[in-house]
Amino acid sequence: MPYIMSQPTSAADSLRPPVRPADVADVSTGSGPSAEDFTMRLLIVEDDRSAADYLRKAFREAGHIVDIAGDGEEGLALALDGGYDVLVVDRMLPRRDGLSLITELRGRGDATPVLILSALGQVDDRVTGLRAGGDDYLPKPYAFSELLARVEALARRGGPQAADTVYRVANLELDRLAHRVTRAGQEIVLQPREFRLLEYLMRHAGQVVTRTMLLENVWDYHFDPQTNVIDVHVSRLRSKIDKGFDPPLLHTVRGAGYVVRDIAR
Amino acid sequence: MSFVTSLGRLVRTTAFKLIAAYLLVFAVFAGSLIGYLGWHTQRLVTRQASESIQADTDFMKSQFERGGISRLVQVVNRRSRAPDAGLLLLTSFNGEPLAGNVLNLPLNFLSQEGWQEIDYLRSDDAVRPPSRALVHVIYLPGEFRLLIGRDIVEREELRKIIIGPVVWGLALLVVLGVAGGIFVTRRVLKRIDQMTATSESIMAGNLSGRLSVAGTGDEFDRLALSLNAMLERIEALMIGLKQVSDNIAHDLKTPLTRLRNRAEDALRTARTEDDWRAATEQTIDESDGLIRTFDALLMIARVEAGQGQSAMRPVDLAETATGVAELYEPLADEQGLDLDVAIDGPLMVRGVRELLGQALSNLVDNAIKYGAPDMPGERGRIVIAASREGDTVRLAVADGGAGIPPEERARVLQRFVRLEKSRTQPGSGLGLSLVAAVVQLHGGSIRLEDNGPGLRVSIELPAELEVADPGATSPDDAAL
Repeated sequence: MPYIMSQPTSAADSLRPPVRPADVADVSTGSGPSAEDFTMRLLIVEDDRSAADYLRKAFREAGHIVDIAGDGEEGLALALDGGYDVLVVDRMLPRRDGLSLITELRGRGDATPVLILSALGQVDDRVTGLRAGGDDYLPKPYAFSELLARVEALARRGGPQAADTVYRVANLELDRLAHRVTRAGQEIVLQPREFRLLEYLMRHAGQVVTRTMLLENVWDYHFDPQTNVIDVHVSRLRSKIDKGFDPPLLHTVRGAGYVVRDIAR
Repeated sequence: MSFVTSLGRLVRTTAFKLIAAYLLVFAVFAGSLIGYLGWHTQRLVTRQASESIQADTDFMKSQFERGGISRLVQVVNRRSRAPDAGLLLLTSFNGEPLAGNVLNLPLNFLSQEGWQEIDYLRSDDAVRPPSRALVHVIYLPGEFRLLIGRDIVEREELRKIIIGPVVWGLALLVVLGVAGGIFVTRRVLKRIDQMTATSESIMAGNLSGRLSVAGTGDEFDRLALSLNAMLERIEALMIGLKQVSDNIAHDLKTPLTRLRNRAEDALRTARTEDDWRAATEQTIDESDGLIRTFDALLMIARVEAGQGQSAMRPVDLAETATGVAELYEPLADEQGLDLDVAIDGPLMVRGVRELLGQALSNLVDNAIKYGAPDMPGERGRIVIAASREGDTVRLAVADGGAGIPPEERARVLQRFVRLEKSRTQPGSGLGLSLVAAVVQLHGGSIRLEDNGPGLRVSIELPAELEVADPGATSPDDAAL
C-alpha cells in the first residue's frame, strides 16, 4: 500500500502519475511561477516579532510587498490608509484584538480581503472568525505554502473570472451554466464532484491551490481526512482532462498543492 | 486553652448558630407574649382601681357640698373604719390630718392635685409593710385637701406571679437549649471532622481514600455516598490522565527523537544541496505528523470536555456519510476495496457536522487501512450503512479485514492504543478515540463487533425529531 502515508506532501508524489520535471513547480524557493507577473501589497498584523519577520521574508521572496503592524490599533490605522490587497491578521493582538479590528474595518466600509491567523483552531473559532468579517481562516501552525496559496487566492478573489460563465485555460473549456467540459473541442464527461473540482482549479488558474483549500471549497469539509484522499480525486481528474492531450494543464506543486496552468504560455 | 479553642469551634458551627438563633427567637416570642398578657392584666387592675376612686371622689365632693367640712370629716372617719376601705386622708391647708386612715404620708404628695402611685402605711395597722397604692388628690374649697386611694397590692402580686416563672422558665430554656446545641453540634462536628480528615488525606495524594458511611442513612451518609461517587470518578479520570500523559510522552517522544536524529544525521553526512533539501523536507514532514497528532489530541480533549455543544445544529447524517463515502471511494478503489453505501436518508441528528464528518472519515480511513482481505488479488468490501429505527439513528462501518479480537475491542478506543499488527501502518492511534469522544458528545453509543470476518463499528445516535430543511446543512446539493 504505497500511498497511505501520514505525510501528505511525499504521498502526493507517489500517487501522481509520472510527470516531467518541468511540470513540477516549486514555490518553496520563491522563484516558482506562482509569483509570475503578480505582486501583492500585504499588511501583516502580528505581535510576535519573529513570526512577523519570517512572514515578511517569505512573502518578499515570493515577490510581494509586505508591511507589518505590531498591534491591533496600528494595524487598523494602516489598513484604513488603504492600498492593501490582503490583510493577514493574527487573532490575539495587544491593544485591539484581531476580530475587533476586522469588525471595525468592515464597519467603515472597507472590504479588503482578510485572512485570520489563529492558534485557536476549532470549528467554533473558525465560524466566529468568518462571522466577524474575515474571508479565510488558517489555524497555527501552518505551512507557509498554505498561507501563500490562500492569500493569493484572496487577492484575486472577485477578479473578472469569478463572474465568467466559461473558464478557459489553453484548449480546456469549462461552461459553468451548461455543466460542460471540453478539451480541444472534445467533450469530457465528469462526475459532479470532478466538475466542481475542476471549476475551482480553473477559477484559480495560475494559482497554487492546496489540498485543504480543495477540501474546504469543493467538499465543504473543515476536517482532516487523514489520508491523501484529495490526491486520488485530482489524479482521476487529471487522467480525464490531460491524458492524450497536450500541453498538460493540471500540475502538482511539490510541498504545496496543485495548479492549473498553461506552462507553454 | 484547648477547651477555649474547641468551644470557639463549637460556637462557630452552623448547627450551634442555628440553635442559638432559634433559642433567641423563641425567647423573644415567649417573653413578649407573656409581657403583653401581664401588661394587659395590670392595666385592667389599675383601671378598676381608678374607676372606684373616681366614684368615691364624686361621692366625697357631693358630701362636702351638702354638709361642709364637718360632714366630710364624719363621712371620712366612717369610711376609714370600714373593712376593705380604700385609703382616705383629709388634711387642712397646712397638711394637718383631720380624718383618714393613712399615716406617714410625706406632705409633698398632697402638694399637688391629680393621680399618683405611692408607698404608704395605713394608720390602723403599723406592722404591715408599706404597700403600694393608686391615689387621687383633690383640693376642696377652704384649702382642704382630700386624698382617696386604692390598694393595688394585688397588681404587684400578680406581677410577681407572672414574672418569676417567666424569668426562670426562660433561663431554663436557654440552659437546655445551649446544652442541647452543644450536644448536637458535637455530634455533627465529629462527622465533619472525619470528613475533613479524609479529604485532607485525599488532597495529600491518597486518591483511593473514601469517606466513611455510618449506615444510618442520614443526610451525612447521603452526602458521603455522593462524594464517594465523585471521588471514584475523579480517581478514574486521574488514572486515565496519567495513562494518557505517559502515552503522550512516549508517542510524541518517538517521532521527536526520529526528527532530531534525522537533523543530526543530515548535519553530519549531507554534502550536496539535494541532500540538505531532502533532509529538510523530511524534517518538515515529521513535524507535520507531530502537529497532526497534537491537533488530534487537542480535538479529543475539547470534544471530551463538551466543547462544540454550542455549535450543534440539525445535521443530516445521511448526507454527511454519503459525502464521506464519495470522498473516500476513489482511494478505496485503488486499494482494491469496493465501498458500498446503504443509506436510507435523510437521517437528522443534532450535532456538529465537522465532528461527525471527522469521526466518519476516521472510521472509513481505518476500514481502508485494515479492511483489505488477506488474499492478494481478491477485492475487499467496505459497507457504510445508516438507517433510522424509532428515535435512534444507527450507523455502521464494516470491513472484511482481520478485525479486532474481542478482548482488545474496549482497549482500542483509548488514546494511542495500536494493535501490534497495525504498528507498521502510519497512524497515531487516536482515530478511534476521537470517534468515541464524538459519539459521546452527541449522546450516542459505540460498539465494535465481529463482521465475520472483519470489523464492524456500530454507532447509535439519538435522532433529531423535528426534520429541518436538509438543504440548509448541505451546501453541496445545489451544485450536484
